[in-house]
Amino acid sequence: MSDPNKRRPQTKMVPVQPRAIVPDRDADKSPILECHHLGVDFGGLTAVNDFNLMIGRTEIAGLIGPNGAGKTTVFNLLTKVYQPTRGTILLDGADTSRMTTEQINRAGIARTFQNIRLFGNLSVEDNVKLGLHNHIEYGMWSGVLRTPRYWREERRAHESAMELLKIFEMQDLAGAKAGSLPYGAQRRLEIVRALATNPSLLLLDEPAAGMNPSETAELMDNIVRIRDLFQIAVMLIEHDMSLVMGICEGICVLNFGQVIAKGTPDEIKSDLVVIEAYLGRKDKKQKEAE
Amino acid sequence: MKNKLSKASRRAFLTCAVVVAAFVALQSLASAGAMSSMLRGLLVPICAYVVMAISLNLTVGVLGELSLGHAGFMSVGAFTGVTAAAALQNLVASKELRLIAALLVGAIFAGIVGFLVGIPVLRLNGDYLAIVTLAFGEIIKSVFNNLYLGLDGHGFHLSLLDNKLRMEEGGRLIIGGPMGVGGIQKIANFATGFALIMLCLVVIFNLVNSRAGRAIMAIRDNRIAAESVGIPVTKYKMTAFVTSAAMAGAAGALFALNFSTIVANKFDFNTSILVLVFVVLGGLGNMLGSIVAAAALTVLPEALRQFADYRMLVYAIVLIAVMLLRNSPGIRAFTERARIRKGGEAE
Ligand SMILES: Nc1ncnc2c1ncn2[C@@H]1O[C@H](COP(=O)(O)OP(=O)(O)OP(=O)(O)O)[C@@H](O)[C@H]1O
Ligand SMILES: [Mg+2]
Repeated sequence: MSDPNKRRPQTKMVPVQPRAIVPDRDADKSPILECHHLGVDFGGLTAVNDFNLMIGRTEIAGLIGPNGAGKTTVFNLLTKVYQPTRGTILLDGADTSRMTTEQINRAGIARTFQNIRLFGNLSVEDNVKLGLHNHIEYGMWSGVLRTPRYWREERRAHESAMELLKIFEMQDLAGAKAGSLPYGAQRRLEIVRALATNPSLLLLDEPAAGMNPSETAELMDNIVRIRDLFQIAVMLIEHDMSLVMGICEGICVLNFGQVIAKGTPDEIKSDLVVIEAYLGRKDKKQKEAE
Repeated sequence: MKNKLSKASRRAFLTCAVVVAAFVALQSLASAGAMSSMLRGLLVPICAYVVMAISLNLTVGVLGELSLGHAGFMSVGAFTGVTAAAALQNLVASKELRLIAALLVGAIFAGIVGFLVGIPVLRLNGDYLAIVTLAFGEIIKSVFNNLYLGLDGHGFHLSLLDNKLRMEEGGRLIIGGPMGVGGIQKIANFATGFALIMLCLVVIFNLVNSRAGRAIMAIRDNRIAAESVGIPVTKYKMTAFVTSAAMAGAAGALFALNFSTIVANKFDFNTSILVLVFVVLGGLGNMLGSIVAAAALTVLPEALRQFADYRMLVYAIVLIAVMLLRNSPGIRAFTERARIRKGGEAE
């Protein structure tokens, strides 16, 4: 792997560059996301500490770690659901410290949630149209007065929504109430809604949770397809190792809020610290099961 | 989308059709002289309470925020609207135009007050709106109970002290503190009330089925998710809340111009709760339900006058019975079946 640090100007604020695991094809472009010494405390509890990361423009990155390691908290920091106590987040080179959750989305980060957060009383199509909200161009009064612009933009939104639903072949569900969908479909709808906001970085929090192996395999293909289609970066949290090792190009391992390893899937698989902290536990369980 | 109406549009049309039918029926009854004077006197208040109910439903059912001071906005609309009507009395000959101007003034002032109330509260997440609107309703009541407003050749004179308005000869007292407003010209009429209901319905339905309305419902369903897809939450909360307040203001003006006197105590906490009862009974987000509940529960206490002392008891029993019925599994299953038979997707 070529060293991207050489080609990038060093930021004065941050003396130490995080170890980069950006794939080669993204190496000559500036990273889409950089975290420097990111951390957050909840009262006395340090949930995340000294978190450094760099994600390439079209990279699929993985964030793994045992339960309670602080993975979801990292996503919440990146999207400003929580305000970081320490550190810097650079999105496409720009400091996000003054941005709100809503502004972060407009700046290019979209996400899904571990405990699904759909607009449950609204239709599947409306959920996607809400993702398109900032790309539909008419004001409140056009809507109330039903001007030609309203009809034109709503038709365009309808077509875009249907186009996006096609990714997961969900067009037929467009009229259904989002809250009444089966679990797997809800997870997929969340991804479609996030994509509708036209992000440059997509954060997926346990996208395969509750899915069976064949659904998971399909999801893996779809994540890669989404990356290729939209040319965006994807960062995902996942407990399913076949998925993580199968599609992630760079993996970051968290334990007790601390990064304990970073590298390619092969490096992570053979990393002793990781095996001890994370995979080792699983091995033990598997042995017990045998 | 255009040839096959969506379920939301069908419901909107149904609601408007019911209101038009009710108006035509009541109007022809009234003009044929076949209506009791009790009911004839209630026509305008019914319109005002219907507007109150659907506007509160916008805040509670569509936005999902609890407001306990909706009567406060009605009060603002009533007092400013009546003042406007009084000021225009010698300037505008047409009663109808004066009424429309009064409704407009009531709506604008209530909207502004709604905006001011919303600034500190709507940025917060949680049930703060309920607390603040509760306080707002009480504050606005004591403000109008202590407000003196007169009109003379120089314009308006305002005072919070005991009637020290320093008006010139021939000046007219409009708002008289705890005495409220007296000698109001009763220019409100049923047709305008009906038009106001229709206008509010069209605005609400068009709003709900547009970009802004979707955003408002998204905030109700999941605020964090709404933020995560880039929706400016405070802005849309404010949009819904101010629209709701402005409609209540117009309703207040309509209501006040139907009586010869109006006092601030009429628009108290009980009125706010009464309107909330209309909304809850009619179903959150269900405009037709709000309309039916508001109309029925405005007529009911009057119709129960024959029960004299037991009036409120019967009223309460009817309320409880309706609530129980609405939520009984049998009735629920029935409406569910009816919905499926109609071929609609599960709601
Ligand atoms: N708002 C909060 N207030 C206090 N503590 C919190 C808060 N959010 C998270 N934590 C704590 O931070 C730690 C990390 O939680 P987090 O949800 O990020 O874990 P995770 O890695 O996503 O775990 P899982 O795999 O179970 O989803 C936990 O100890 C949790 O209790
Ligand atoms: Mg988590």
